[in-house]
Amino acid sequence: MTLARTISINLLGLKGEPIEIEVDVSNGLPAYSLLGLPDATLSESRDRIRAAILNSGRNWPNRKVTVSLSPAWLPKSGSAFDLPIALSILTASGQLKESDLSKAFFLGELSLEGNLRPVRGVLPTLIAARDRGVKRVIVPKENFQEAGLLKDLEVLAFSKLSHVINFLESGVRAENPTLIDAPKEVAKHDMSEVAGHIENKVALEIAAAGGHNLLMIGAPGSGKTMLAERFSTILPPLDEDEAIEVSGIHSIAGTLKDRNVLSTEPPFIAPHHSTTIPALVGGGSNLIKPGACSLAHRGVLFIDEAPECDSGLLDALRQPMESGSITISRSALTASFPARFILLLAANPCPCGRFAGRGRGCQCTSLQVRRYLAKLSGPLLDRVDIRLRVENPTRVELSTSSTERSETIRNRVIRARAIAAERFAQEPFRLNSQIPPSFLREKYRPSKDGMALLHALLDKEELSARGFHRTIRLSWSIADMIGAIVPGKAEVERALLLRSGIPGE
Amino acid sequence: MAKNPNAAKLGEVGEEFVARSLTTKGMRVLDRNWRIKEGEIDLVVVDREGTIIFVEVKTRSSISHGDPLESINNEKAFRIQRLALAWLATHQRLGSRYRIDVAGILVARSGEFLMDYREGIL
Repeated sequence: MTLARTISINLLGLKGEPIEIEVDVSNGLPAYSLLGLPDATLSESRDRIRAAILNSGRNWPNRKVTVSLSPAWLPKSGSAFDLPIALSILTASGQLKESDLSKAFFLGELSLEGNLRPVRGVLPTLIAARDRGVKRVIVPKENFQEAGLLKDLEVLAFSKLSHVINFLESGVRAENPTLIDAPKEVAKHDMSEVAGHIENKVALEIAAAGGHNLLMIGAPGSGKTMLAERFSTILPPLDEDEAIEVSGIHSIAGTLKDRNVLSTEPPFIAPHHSTTIPALVGGGSNLIKPGACSLAHRGVLFIDEAPECDSGLLDALRQPMESGSITISRSALTASFPARFILLLAANPCPCGRFAGRGRGCQCTSLQVRRYLAKLSGPLLDRVDIRLRVENPTRVELSTSSTERSETIRNRVIRARAIAAERFAQEPFRLNSQIPPSFLREKYRPSKDGMALLHALLDKEELSARGFHRTIRLSWSIADMIGAIVPGKAEVERALLLRSGIPGE
Repeated sequence: MAKNPNAAKLGEVGEEFVARSLTTKGMRVLDRNWRIKEGEIDLVVVDREGTIIFVEVKTRSSISHGDPLESINNEKAFRIQRLALAWLATHQRLGSRYRIDVAGILVARSGEFLMDYREGIL
């Protein structure tokens, strides 16, 4: 046997492409060539694999070793190919049987010592493998928990190459790790910790129910960040498929350490305002990594000090906000990641931050104040349904302690979303914020008097066409919260208030 | 070439061993340690069909520095080929069929020789 072949998966975004690994050991001078556009990590595999094989008590074939990864035109990256290549080399050099190699799907990086090290993107890789009929997989021990999420796969985990070889040869498993149940998640934050802000909490509740984006403007220290950090605690928990999808994205980004693989908590991602566009939407030349907006998929993307962001940065979010996914193109390849998030923006009212309340102590000129918020572009604000003025809580509010817990609010949000989901059962969308304009004018219009109010404002030119649509969307979420079948005049008025938190528009 | 007299001795022993084993296979030695400024060819033999074979012999007494054959990289292989052409030119044999082989010799403690012979490396 001088030729061995096995299958692996190369990830493009969340999508896995099957890669055929072929290893040929022929009678030339000792050499190793790796074909098929490997990136730097993959090219270095030679030295890792060689040392790992020798240190696992096997022989390195001192002949010409050719490793081919096909399709040849597709650039490949990552260290997850180490294990399948090593086992193929052992097979091609007669140290393993061909039937051994077909016993499982292999994934893992090798250390020089011959240990198996964890790799990124295990979940999406294994999903792709499963869809191609793989039944049994062998993964590094550290990835066991993640791989174990896929119930219909037989997952075996090992920490050493020699243990994998032993298992393939004799069926003896030197290691038999068991899945650990998800630890009971204790929320780090709770809405009840925020004193006062009764109105703002209701606005957040409405945003959570309808999936509306939200902008908060207020003085430093007034509680914008506190409120935002607790927003994800009032969102409904993810269901199992969603949790796997979110964990898959985090697995590719390598941020799964900060997140339990089984977590059903919606992610809360808060990039700093100095972040770059590739970090925000995703990028990278060989291995395209998901950006903050994909990490926030099915959760919250919070950008504090939004007007401080470089121009264009926030506008890069417009496309994913519209389509719910982001497609990143590089010369060699194109990758797509889902990116359906609720955007929370926070801003100071002016550069010095004191233009709040009675505006005492603000040093900024009126022009500066106007320009500051104008940095948030119109098209972006167009997608933000709720604008809040966050004022410092009063003395009385700070001293009252009895406020609602996140759980109570979350249950109301779940109920409101269920009402909306029932209403939209036949539609391609699920949340009020996703209702297309044509539907708003026909199928999902508010009650007669509510419409009359909006029409009057349109006539007086106090409401733009897009403001009109957004108000209706918001009024649906308010109606769902109070259990009204159709938004009436009161809900429309409430919606008008919520979106006019900021003068201008 | 080798500075260390022991190493030089080792190389010589290895070349002698290869030459003998090739002769028993019916080949005839044409030249040994043919040296010009660019380098040296260890062994030139001709087989029964008249193919001229240039043999590079690598001898080591342990594999602690890796397999003997591993020291022959592409650059070295091409240098051997240039030397081979030079040999053919010098001996008015340009145009004859030729081949470049490599022999890796491992001398065990017991004095036993282990030969790893690779034909036609280019």
